[in-house]
Amino acid sequence: MEGDLAHIGAGLAAIGSGAAAIGVGNVAGNFLAGALRNPSAAASQTATLFIGIAFAEALGIFSFLVSLLLMFAV
Amino acid sequence: MATETHGAENAAAAASACVDSHGSAVGMPQLCGEWIGNQVFWLVITLVVIYLILAKIALPRIASVLAERQGTITNDIAAAEELKRKAEESEAAYQQALADARAQAQAIAQKTRDDIKADLDAEMAKADEAISAKAAESEKAISAIRASAMENVEIVAKETAAALVAALGGKADDAKIANAVSNRLKG
Amino acid sequence: MATETHGAEAAAEGSSLVFHPMDQFIVKPLFGHGDVGMFTITNVTLWLALAILAIFVMMVLGTSRRAVVPGRSQSVAELAYGFVHKMVEDVTGKDGLKYFPYIMTLFMFIVTANFLGLIPMSFTTTSHFAVTVVLALAVFLTVTILGFVKNGASFLGLFWVSSAPLALRPILAIIELISYFVRPVSHSIRLAGNVMAGHAVIKVFAGFAAIAAISPISVLAITAMYGLEVLVAFIQAYVFTILTCVYLKDALHPHH
Repeated sequence: MEGDLAHIGAGLAAIGSGAAAIGVGNVAGNFLAGALRNPSAAASQTATLFIGIAFAEALGIFSFLVSLLLMFAV
Repeated sequence: MATETHGAENAAAAASACVDSHGSAVGMPQLCGEWIGNQVFWLVITLVVIYLILAKIALPRIASVLAERQGTITNDIAAAEELKRKAEESEAAYQQALADARAQAQAIAQKTRDDIKADLDAEMAKADEAISAKAAESEKAISAIRASAMENVEIVAKETAAALVAALGGKADDAKIANAVSNRLKG
Repeated sequence: MATETHGAEAAAEGSSLVFHPMDQFIVKPLFGHGDVGMFTITNVTLWLALAILAIFVMMVLGTSRRAVVPGRSQSVAELAYGFVHKMVEDVTGKDGLKYFPYIMTLFMFIVTANFLGLIPMSFTTTSHFAVTVVLALAVFLTVTILGFVKNGASFLGLFWVSSAPLALRPILAIIELISYFVRPVSHSIRLAGNVMAGHAVIKVFAGFAAIAAISPISVLAITAMYGLEVLVAFIQAYVFTILTCVYLKDALHPHH
Protein backbone atom coordinates (compact mmCIF):
# COMPACT_ATOMS: atom_id res chain seq x y z
CA MET A 1 0.00 0.00 0.00
CA GLU A 2 2.82 2.33 0.88
CA GLY A 3 4.42 1.64 -2.49
CA ASP A 4 1.15 2.44 -4.24
CA LEU A 5 0.89 5.79 -2.49
CA ALA A 6 4.46 6.48 -3.51
CA HIS A 7 3.57 5.82 -7.12
CA ILE A 8 0.63 8.20 -6.91
CA GLY A 9 2.93 10.78 -5.40
CA ALA A 10 5.38 10.20 -8.22
CA GLY A 11 2.65 10.83 -10.75
CA LEU A 12 1.63 14.01 -8.96
CA ALA A 13 5.22 15.19 -8.86
CA ALA A 14 5.46 14.62 -12.59
CA ILE A 15 2.85 17.38 -13.06
CA GLY A 16 5.67 19.73 -12.16
CA SER A 17 7.44 18.76 -15.36
CA GLY A 18 4.46 20.05 -17.31
CA ALA A 19 4.49 23.26 -15.29
CA ALA A 20 8.15 23.70 -16.15
CA ALA A 21 7.26 23.14 -19.79
CA ILE A 22 4.82 26.06 -19.56
CA GLY A 23 7.57 28.16 -18.03
CA VAL A 24 10.07 27.28 -20.72
CA GLY A 25 7.48 27.97 -23.39
CA ASN A 26 6.83 31.38 -21.84
CA VAL A 27 10.50 32.26 -21.87
CA ALA A 28 11.06 31.14 -25.45
CA GLY A 29 7.82 32.66 -26.73
CA ASN A 30 8.47 36.03 -25.17
CA PHE A 31 11.98 35.97 -26.49
CA LEU A 32 10.68 35.26 -29.97
CA ALA A 33 8.10 38.05 -29.71
CA GLY A 34 10.78 40.48 -28.60
CA ALA A 35 13.21 39.24 -31.21
CA LEU A 36 10.72 39.77 -34.01
CA ARG A 37 10.11 43.33 -32.87
CA ASN A 38 13.76 44.16 -32.61
CA PRO A 39 15.75 41.54 -34.51
CA SER A 40 19.00 43.47 -34.23
CA ALA A 41 19.02 43.10 -30.44
CA ALA A 42 18.10 39.40 -30.50
CA ALA A 43 21.53 37.97 -31.21
CA SER A 44 23.06 39.59 -28.16
CA GLN A 45 20.40 38.16 -25.88
CA THR A 46 20.53 34.47 -26.76
CA ALA A 47 22.77 33.79 -23.76
CA THR A 48 20.16 35.38 -21.52
CA LEU A 49 17.54 33.25 -23.23
CA PHE A 50 19.40 30.04 -22.48
CA ILE A 51 20.04 31.05 -18.87
CA GLY A 52 16.34 31.80 -18.45
CA ILE A 53 15.36 28.51 -20.02
CA ALA A 54 17.87 26.69 -17.83
CA PHE A 55 16.48 28.23 -14.66
CA ALA A 56 12.89 27.49 -15.64
CA GLU A 57 13.76 23.96 -16.64
CA ALA A 58 15.78 23.24 -13.50
CA LEU A 59 12.60 23.38 -11.42
CA GLY A 60 10.90 20.94 -13.72
CA ILE A 61 13.90 18.67 -13.39
CA PHE A 62 13.54 18.94 -9.61
CA SER A 63 9.98 17.68 -9.78
CA PHE A 64 11.06 14.94 -12.15
CA LEU A 65 13.72 14.00 -9.62
CA VAL A 66 11.19 13.91 -6.80
CA SER A 67 9.09 11.64 -8.94
CA LEU A 68 12.05 9.36 -9.64
CA LEU A 69 12.92 9.24 -5.95
CA LEU A 70 9.39 8.24 -5.10
CA MET A 71 9.44 5.58 -7.80
CA PHE A 72 12.79 4.02 -7.10
CA ALA A 73 14.20 5.16 -3.81
CA VAL A 74 11.24 5.06 -1.39
CA MET B 1 13.41 -13.42 -22.84
CA ALA B 2 15.01 -10.03 -23.05
CA THR B 3 14.98 -9.70 -19.32
CA GLU B 4 16.42 -13.19 -18.96
CA THR B 5 19.53 -12.47 -21.03
CA HIS B 6 19.82 -9.11 -19.38
CA GLY B 7 19.72 -10.79 -16.02
CA ALA B 8 22.20 -13.45 -17.00
CA GLU B 9 24.62 -10.79 -18.18
CA ASN B 10 24.49 -8.88 -14.95
CA ALA B 11 23.76 -11.67 -12.54
CA ALA B 12 27.35 -12.12 -11.49
CA ALA B 13 27.60 -8.49 -10.52
CA ALA B 14 24.85 -8.95 -7.99
CA ALA B 15 27.17 -8.78 -5.05
CA SER B 16 26.30 -5.11 -4.63
CA ALA B 17 23.45 -3.83 -2.50
CA CYS B 18 22.36 -1.59 -5.36
CA VAL B 19 21.92 -4.44 -7.84
CA ASP B 20 19.48 -7.33 -7.40
CA SER B 21 20.11 -10.96 -8.29
CA HIS B 22 18.99 -10.36 -11.91
CA GLY B 23 21.45 -7.55 -12.41
CA SER B 24 18.77 -4.88 -12.34
CA ALA B 25 19.14 -1.71 -10.39
CA VAL B 26 17.62 -1.47 -6.94
CA GLY B 27 16.31 2.06 -6.65
CA MET B 28 18.24 4.77 -8.43
CA PRO B 29 21.81 3.83 -9.34
CA GLN B 30 22.63 7.52 -8.99
CA LEU B 31 21.97 7.31 -5.26
CA CYS B 32 24.01 4.19 -4.64
CA GLY B 33 26.55 5.20 -2.03
CA GLU B 34 29.12 2.50 -2.67
CA TRP B 35 29.81 3.70 -6.23
CA ILE B 36 30.35 7.34 -5.42
CA GLY B 37 33.97 7.05 -4.34
CA ASN B 38 34.91 5.24 -7.51
CA GLN B 39 33.21 7.78 -9.74
CA VAL B 40 34.66 10.79 -7.93
CA PHE B 41 38.13 9.29 -8.01
CA TRP B 42 38.15 8.63 -11.73
CA LEU B 43 36.37 11.91 -12.49
CA VAL B 44 39.00 13.95 -10.69
CA ILE B 45 41.75 12.13 -12.60
CA THR B 46 39.89 12.71 -15.85
CA LEU B 47 39.42 16.40 -15.18
CA VAL B 48 43.07 16.86 -14.31
CA VAL B 49 44.16 15.04 -17.46
CA ILE B 50 41.77 17.04 -19.65
CA TYR B 51 42.92 20.25 -18.01
CA LEU B 52 46.55 19.38 -18.69
CA ILE B 53 45.83 18.41 -22.29
CA LEU B 54 43.93 21.61 -22.92
CA ALA B 55 46.00 24.09 -20.95
CA LYS B 56 49.42 22.74 -21.89
CA ILE B 57 48.94 21.65 -25.49
CA ALA B 58 45.68 22.41 -27.20
CA LEU B 59 44.73 25.91 -26.11
CA PRO B 60 48.16 27.56 -26.63
CA ARG B 61 48.37 25.86 -30.01
CA ILE B 62 44.94 27.03 -31.13
CA ALA B 63 45.60 30.50 -29.74
CA SER B 64 48.85 30.71 -31.69
CA VAL B 65 47.16 29.47 -34.86
CA LEU B 66 44.41 32.04 -34.46
CA ALA B 67 46.93 34.78 -33.75
CA GLU B 68 48.97 33.73 -36.77
CA ARG B 69 45.88 33.79 -38.94
CA GLN B 70 44.96 37.19 -37.58
CA GLY B 71 48.49 38.35 -38.34
CA THR B 72 48.31 36.95 -41.86
CA ILE B 73 45.00 38.65 -42.48
CA THR B 74 46.32 41.92 -41.11
CA ASN B 75 49.44 41.63 -43.27
CA ASP B 76 47.40 40.85 -46.33
CA ILE B 77 45.17 43.80 -45.68
CA ALA B 78 48.22 46.00 -45.20
CA ALA B 79 49.72 44.70 -48.45
CA ALA B 80 46.48 45.37 -50.25
CA GLU B 81 46.44 48.87 -48.80
CA GLU B 82 49.99 49.37 -49.98
CA LEU B 83 49.14 48.19 -53.49
CA LYS B 84 46.10 50.41 -53.57
CA ARG B 85 48.18 53.35 -52.42
CA LYS B 86 50.72 52.63 -55.16
CA ALA B 87 48.02 52.40 -57.78
CA GLU B 88 46.64 55.69 -56.61
CA GLU B 89 50.09 57.21 -56.70
CA SER B 90 50.75 56.07 -60.26
CA GLU B 91 47.37 57.31 -61.32
CA ALA B 92 48.16 60.67 -59.80
CA ALA B 93 51.51 60.67 -61.60
CA TYR B 94 49.79 59.83 -64.86
CA GLN B 95 47.30 62.62 -64.35
CA GLN B 96 50.17 64.95 -63.52
CA ALA B 97 52.02 63.95 -66.69
CA LEU B 98 48.89 64.43 -68.70
CA ALA B 99 48.32 67.85 -67.23
CA ASP B 100 51.96 68.77 -67.85
CA ALA B 101 51.79 67.67 -71.45
CA ARG B 102 48.61 69.58 -71.94
CA ALA B 103 50.15 72.70 -70.40
CA GLN B 104 53.24 72.31 -72.56
CA ALA B 105 51.17 71.94 -75.69
CA GLN B 106 49.25 75.00 -74.70
CA ALA B 107 52.48 76.90 -74.10
CA ILE B 108 53.86 75.84 -77.49
CA ALA B 109 50.68 76.83 -79.20
CA GLN B 110 50.69 80.13 -77.38
CA LYS B 111 54.29 80.73 -78.30
CA THR B 112 53.68 79.93 -81.93
CA ARG B 113 50.70 82.18 -81.91
CA ASP B 114 52.74 84.94 -80.30
CA ASP B 115 55.55 84.51 -82.85
CA ILE B 116 53.15 84.68 -85.72
CA LYS B 117 51.53 87.70 -84.21
CA ALA B 118 54.90 89.39 -83.73
CA ASP B 119 55.87 88.64 -87.32
CA LEU B 120 52.58 89.86 -88.49
CA ASP B 121 52.92 93.04 -86.47
CA ALA B 122 56.38 93.63 -87.82
CA GLU B 123 55.22 93.12 -91.39
CA MET B 124 52.25 95.30 -90.72
CA ALA B 125 54.42 98.05 -89.30
CA LYS B 126 56.72 97.80 -92.29
CA ALA B 127 53.83 97.96 -94.63
CA ASP B 128 52.37 100.88 -92.74
CA GLU B 129 55.70 102.66 -92.94
CA ALA B 130 55.94 102.04 -96.65
CA ILE B 131 52.42 103.25 -97.11
CA SER B 132 52.99 106.36 -95.09
CA ALA B 133 56.28 107.03 -96.96
CA LYS B 134 54.47 106.68 -100.18
CA ALA B 135 51.67 108.91 -98.94
CA ALA B 136 54.15 111.57 -97.86
CA GLU B 137 55.82 111.37 -101.25
CA SER B 138 52.52 111.76 -102.99
CA GLU B 139 51.67 114.63 -100.72
CA LYS B 140 54.88 116.27 -101.63
CA ALA B 141 54.25 115.70 -105.30
CA ILE B 142 50.76 117.11 -104.93
CA SER B 143 51.98 120.16 -103.09
CA ALA B 144 54.68 120.62 -105.69
CA ILE B 145 52.06 120.35 -108.38
CA ARG B 146 49.84 122.76 -106.46
CA ALA B 147 52.70 125.17 -106.02
CA SER B 148 53.57 125.04 -109.68
CA ALA B 149 49.93 125.44 -110.51
CA MET B 150 49.77 128.50 -108.25
CA GLU B 151 52.81 129.86 -110.02
CA ASN B 152 51.23 129.22 -113.34
CA VAL B 153 48.07 130.94 -112.11
CA GLU B 154 50.12 133.95 -111.06
CA ILE B 155 51.88 134.04 -114.40
CA VAL B 156 48.61 133.70 -116.21
CA ALA B 157 47.03 136.31 -113.96
CA LYS B 158 49.90 138.68 -114.57
CA GLU B 159 49.76 138.09 -118.24
CA THR B 160 46.00 138.45 -118.18
CA ALA B 161 46.25 141.59 -116.10
CA ALA B 162 48.91 143.02 -118.43
CA ALA B 163 46.80 142.10 -121.43
CA LEU B 164 43.74 143.73 -119.78
CA VAL B 165 45.64 146.85 -118.93
CA ALA B 166 47.02 147.01 -122.48
CA ALA B 167 43.63 146.41 -123.91
CA LEU B 168 42.14 149.18 -121.79
CA GLY B 169 44.68 151.49 -123.24
CA GLY B 170 47.09 151.87 -120.52
CA LYS B 171 50.65 151.38 -120.36
CA ALA B 172 51.34 148.46 -118.15
CA ASP B 173 54.14 148.58 -115.83
CA ASP B 174 55.17 144.95 -115.42
CA ALA B 175 56.54 145.34 -111.97
CA LYS B 176 53.43 147.07 -110.69
CA ILE B 177 51.15 144.53 -112.19
CA ALA B 178 53.13 141.64 -110.76
CA ASN B 179 53.03 143.27 -107.37
CA ALA B 180 49.31 143.86 -107.49
CA VAL B 181 48.53 140.37 -108.65
CA SER B 182 50.69 138.86 -105.93
CA ASN B 183 48.96 141.00 -103.33
CA ARG B 184 45.55 140.10 -104.63
CA LEU B 185 46.39 136.38 -104.74
CA LYS B 186 47.67 136.41 -101.19
CA GLY B 187 44.78 138.43 -100.04
CA MET C 1 11.60 -24.40 -20.35
CA ALA C 2 8.13 -24.23 -21.80
CA THR C 3 6.90 -22.15 -18.92
CA GLU C 4 9.94 -19.97 -19.24
CA THR C 5 9.19 -19.03 -22.87
CA HIS C 6 5.56 -18.69 -21.98
CA GLY C 7 6.42 -16.25 -19.24
CA ALA C 8 8.63 -14.29 -21.59
CA GLU C 9 5.84 -14.15 -24.14
CA ALA C 10 3.43 -13.00 -21.52
CA ALA C 11 5.82 -10.26 -20.61
CA ALA C 12 6.13 -9.33 -24.26
CA GLU C 13 2.38 -9.28 -24.68
CA GLY C 14 2.23 -6.44 -22.19
CA SER C 15 0.39 -8.07 -19.35
CA SER C 16 3.40 -7.30 -17.23
CA LEU C 17 5.65 -4.97 -19.21
CA VAL C 18 9.10 -4.98 -17.70
CA PHE C 19 10.94 -1.70 -17.67
CA HIS C 20 14.45 -1.35 -16.49
CA PRO C 21 15.08 2.28 -17.39
CA MET C 22 17.68 2.72 -14.65
CA ASP C 23 19.78 -0.34 -15.44
CA GLN C 24 21.86 1.61 -17.91
CA PHE C 25 23.26 3.70 -15.07
CA ILE C 26 24.67 0.76 -13.11
CA VAL C 27 28.35 0.99 -12.34
CA LYS C 28 30.11 -2.34 -12.72
CA PRO C 29 33.70 -3.51 -12.78
CA LEU C 30 35.18 -3.81 -16.23
CA PHE C 31 37.26 -6.88 -15.39
CA GLY C 32 36.03 -9.60 -13.08
CA HIS C 33 32.94 -9.43 -10.94
CA GLY C 34 34.08 -8.12 -7.61
CA ASP C 35 32.90 -5.21 -5.56
CA VAL C 36 33.25 -1.67 -6.82
CA GLY C 37 35.92 -0.14 -4.69
CA MET C 38 37.38 3.33 -4.97
CA PHE C 39 40.12 2.39 -7.41
CA THR C 40 38.35 -0.39 -9.31
CA ILE C 41 38.48 0.00 -13.05
CA THR C 42 34.80 0.21 -13.94
CA ASN C 43 32.70 1.21 -16.93
CA VAL C 44 32.91 4.73 -15.49
CA THR C 45 36.66 4.59 -15.97
CA LEU C 46 36.22 3.31 -19.51
CA TRP C 47 33.90 6.07 -20.63
CA LEU C 48 35.84 8.78 -18.85
CA ALA C 49 38.96 7.51 -20.60
CA LEU C 50 37.11 7.57 -23.90
CA ALA C 51 36.12 11.16 -23.18
CA ILE C 52 39.78 12.02 -22.62
CA LEU C 53 40.68 10.21 -25.84
CA ALA C 54 37.99 12.03 -27.81
CA ILE C 55 39.12 15.40 -26.47
CA PHE C 56 42.74 14.53 -27.22
CA VAL C 57 41.91 13.53 -30.79
CA MET C 58 39.75 16.57 -31.37
CA MET C 59 41.85 19.25 -29.72
CA VAL C 60 45.42 17.97 -30.11
CA LEU C 61 45.57 15.65 -33.12
CA GLY C 62 43.04 17.75 -35.00
CA THR C 63 45.18 20.86 -34.65
CA SER C 64 48.54 19.18 -35.16
CA ARG C 65 48.98 20.64 -38.64
CA ARG C 66 48.66 24.20 -37.29
CA ALA C 67 47.34 25.24 -40.68
CA VAL C 68 46.60 28.90 -41.27
CA VAL C 69 43.73 27.79 -43.48
CA PRO C 70 42.12 25.19 -41.22
CA GLY C 71 41.02 21.76 -42.33
CA ARG C 72 37.82 20.13 -41.15
CA SER C 73 39.08 18.73 -37.86
CA GLN C 74 41.04 21.82 -37.02
CA SER C 75 38.10 24.10 -37.58
CA VAL C 76 36.06 22.00 -35.15
CA ALA C 77 38.67 22.59 -32.48
CA GLU C 78 38.86 26.27 -33.36
CA LEU C 79 35.10 26.52 -33.28
CA ALA C 80 34.98 25.03 -29.77
CA TYR C 81 37.78 27.35 -28.68
CA GLY C 82 36.14 30.42 -30.16
CA PHE C 83 32.74 29.48 -28.76
CA VAL C 84 33.90 29.17 -25.16
CA HIS C 85 36.38 32.04 -25.45
CA LYS C 86 33.66 34.40 -26.67
CA MET C 87 31.29 33.18 -23.97
CA VAL C 88 33.80 33.82 -21.20
CA GLU C 89 34.70 37.21 -22.62
CA ASP C 90 31.09 38.30 -23.14
CA VAL C 91 29.82 37.21 -19.74
CA THR C 92 32.73 37.79 -17.36
CA GLY C 93 34.65 40.45 -19.24
CA LYS C 94 38.33 40.67 -20.08
CA ASP C 95 39.55 39.82 -16.58
CA GLY C 96 37.67 36.53 -16.69
CA LEU C 97 39.83 35.27 -19.54
CA LYS C 98 42.43 34.18 -16.96
CA TYR C 99 40.07 31.35 -16.02
CA PHE C 100 39.34 30.38 -19.61
CA PRO C 101 41.30 27.06 -19.50
CA TYR C 102 39.29 25.87 -16.48
CA ILE C 103 35.98 26.74 -18.10
CA MET C 104 37.12 25.18 -21.36
CA THR C 105 37.97 22.01 -19.43
CA LEU C 106 34.47 21.90 -17.95
CA PHE C 107 32.80 22.54 -21.28
CA MET C 108 34.85 20.03 -23.22
CA PHE C 109 34.38 17.35 -20.60
CA ILE C 110 30.63 17.80 -20.31
CA VAL C 111 29.94 18.08 -24.01
CA THR C 112 32.12 15.07 -24.82
CA ALA C 113 30.69 12.93 -22.03
CA ASN C 114 27.14 13.87 -23.06
CA PHE C 115 27.71 12.92 -26.67
CA LEU C 116 29.55 9.71 -25.77
CA GLY C 117 26.58 8.83 -23.59
CA LEU C 118 24.35 9.02 -26.63
CA ILE C 119 26.11 6.08 -28.24
CA PRO C 120 23.82 3.06 -27.81
CA MET C 121 24.87 0.66 -25.02
CA SER C 122 27.25 3.26 -23.65
CA PHE C 123 27.48 4.48 -20.08
CA THR C 124 26.68 8.15 -19.47
CA THR C 125 29.03 9.52 -16.87
CA THR C 126 27.28 12.89 -16.65
CA SER C 127 24.01 11.23 -15.69
CA HIS C 128 25.39 10.50 -12.22
CA PHE C 129 25.00 13.02 -9.44
CA ALA C 130 28.35 11.91 -8.08
CA VAL C 131 29.95 13.36 -11.22
CA THR C 132 27.93 16.53 -11.65
CA VAL C 133 27.98 17.37 -7.95
CA VAL C 134 31.76 17.25 -8.03
CA LEU C 135 31.77 19.58 -11.03
CA ALA C 136 29.23 21.95 -9.51
CA LEU C 137 30.87 21.96 -6.08
CA ALA C 138 34.23 22.64 -7.68
CA VAL C 139 32.72 25.64 -9.44
CA PHE C 140 30.88 26.78 -6.32
CA LEU C 141 33.87 26.54 -4.00
CA THR C 142 36.25 28.10 -6.51
CA VAL C 143 33.91 30.97 -7.17
CA THR C 144 33.18 31.61 -3.49
CA ILE C 145 36.82 31.50 -2.45
CA LEU C 146 37.79 33.61 -5.44
CA GLY C 147 35.12 36.15 -4.52
CA PHE C 148 36.46 36.55 -1.00
CA VAL C 149 40.08 36.61 -2.14
CA LYS C 150 39.45 39.21 -4.84
CA ASN C 151 36.98 41.44 -3.01
CA GLY C 152 37.43 40.67 0.68
CA ALA C 153 34.40 41.32 2.84
CA SER C 154 32.82 43.46 0.13
CA PHE C 155 32.00 40.23 -1.66
CA LEU C 156 29.10 40.04 0.80
CA GLY C 157 27.67 43.05 -1.03
CA LEU C 158 26.43 40.49 -3.52
CA PHE C 159 23.71 39.66 -0.99
CA TRP C 160 22.96 43.26 0.01
CA VAL C 161 20.84 44.58 -2.83
CA SER C 162 21.59 48.29 -2.57
CA SER C 163 19.03 49.23 -5.22
CA ALA C 164 16.13 47.91 -3.12
CA PRO C 165 14.32 49.92 -0.41
CA LEU C 166 16.10 49.72 2.93
CA ALA C 167 13.28 47.86 4.68
CA LEU C 168 13.32 45.10 2.10
CA ARG C 169 17.06 44.57 2.07
CA PRO C 170 17.36 42.11 5.01
CA ILE C 171 14.63 39.93 3.52
CA LEU C 172 16.24 40.12 0.12
CA ALA C 173 19.59 39.29 1.69
CA ILE C 174 18.15 36.08 3.12
CA ILE C 175 16.61 35.18 -0.23
CA GLU C 176 19.85 35.95 -2.04
CA LEU C 177 21.80 33.89 0.47
CA ILE C 178 19.50 30.90 0.02
CA SER C 179 19.60 31.20 -3.75
CA TYR C 180 23.37 31.44 -3.57
CA PHE C 181 23.63 28.15 -1.69
CA VAL C 182 21.07 26.49 -3.95
CA ARG C 183 23.33 27.25 -6.91
CA PRO C 184 25.49 24.10 -6.73
CA VAL C 185 22.37 21.98 -6.17
CA SER C 186 20.53 23.28 -9.22
CA HIS C 187 23.74 23.47 -11.19
CA SER C 188 24.48 19.77 -10.74
CA ILE C 189 20.94 18.39 -10.74
CA ARG C 190 20.07 20.30 -13.93
CA LEU C 191 22.80 18.54 -15.87
CA ALA C 192 22.43 15.06 -14.40
CA GLY C 193 18.63 15.29 -14.37
CA ASN C 194 18.38 16.33 -18.00
CA VAL C 195 20.73 13.64 -19.20
CA MET C 196 19.24 10.94 -16.98
CA ALA C 197 15.68 11.91 -17.90
CA GLY C 198 16.40 11.71 -21.60
CA HIS C 199 18.11 8.34 -21.37
CA ALA C 200 15.46 6.89 -19.06
CA VAL C 201 12.66 8.08 -21.36
CA ILE C 202 14.36 6.45 -24.34
CA LYS C 203 14.61 3.23 -22.34
CA VAL C 204 10.93 3.41 -21.40
CA PHE C 205 9.96 3.82 -25.05
CA ALA C 206 12.25 0.92 -25.85
CA GLY C 207 10.30 -1.16 -23.31
CA PHE C 208 7.05 -0.32 -25.15
CA ALA C 209 8.61 -1.63 -28.35
CA ALA C 210 8.04 -5.15 -26.96
CA ILE C 211 4.36 -4.77 -27.81
CA ALA C 212 4.08 -5.47 -31.54
CA ALA C 213 1.10 -3.18 -32.12
CA ILE C 214 2.75 -0.01 -30.89
CA SER C 215 6.36 -0.80 -31.69
CA PRO C 216 6.48 1.42 -34.83
CA ILE C 217 5.28 4.37 -32.77
CA SER C 218 7.79 3.41 -30.13
CA VAL C 219 10.64 3.38 -32.62
CA LEU C 220 9.55 6.74 -34.01
CA ALA C 221 9.35 8.12 -30.48
CA ILE C 222 12.82 6.81 -29.71
CA THR C 223 14.14 8.49 -32.85
CA ALA C 224 12.50 11.78 -31.95
CA MET C 225 13.75 11.56 -28.37
CA TYR C 226 17.21 10.80 -29.63
CA GLY C 227 17.16 13.94 -31.76
CA LEU C 228 16.02 15.94 -28.76
CA GLU C 229 18.73 14.35 -26.64
CA VAL C 230 21.42 15.37 -29.11
CA LEU C 231 20.18 18.92 -28.70
CA VAL C 232 19.95 18.60 -24.93
CA ALA C 233 23.46 17.13 -24.72
CA PHE C 234 24.87 20.29 -26.24
CA ILE C 235 22.52 22.78 -24.60
CA GLN C 236 23.14 21.40 -21.11
CA ALA C 237 26.89 21.64 -21.61
CA TYR C 238 26.39 25.20 -22.85
CA VAL C 239 24.12 26.07 -19.93
CA PHE C 240 26.50 24.57 -17.38
CA THR C 241 29.36 26.55 -18.86
CA ILE C 242 27.52 29.84 -19.18
CA LEU C 243 26.21 29.57 -15.61
CA THR C 244 29.79 28.96 -14.50
CA CYS C 245 30.70 32.17 -16.31
CA VAL C 246 27.83 34.03 -14.62
CA TYR C 247 28.91 32.81 -11.18
CA LEU C 248 32.48 33.77 -11.99
CA LYS C 249 31.32 37.24 -12.99
CA ASP C 250 29.53 37.55 -9.64
CA ALA C 251 32.77 36.66 -7.89
CA LEU C 252 34.86 39.12 -9.90
CA HIS C 253 32.35 41.98 -9.90
CA PRO C 254 29.95 41.46 -6.97
CA HIS C 255 28.41 44.93 -7.35
CA HIS C 256 26.79 44.17 -10.69
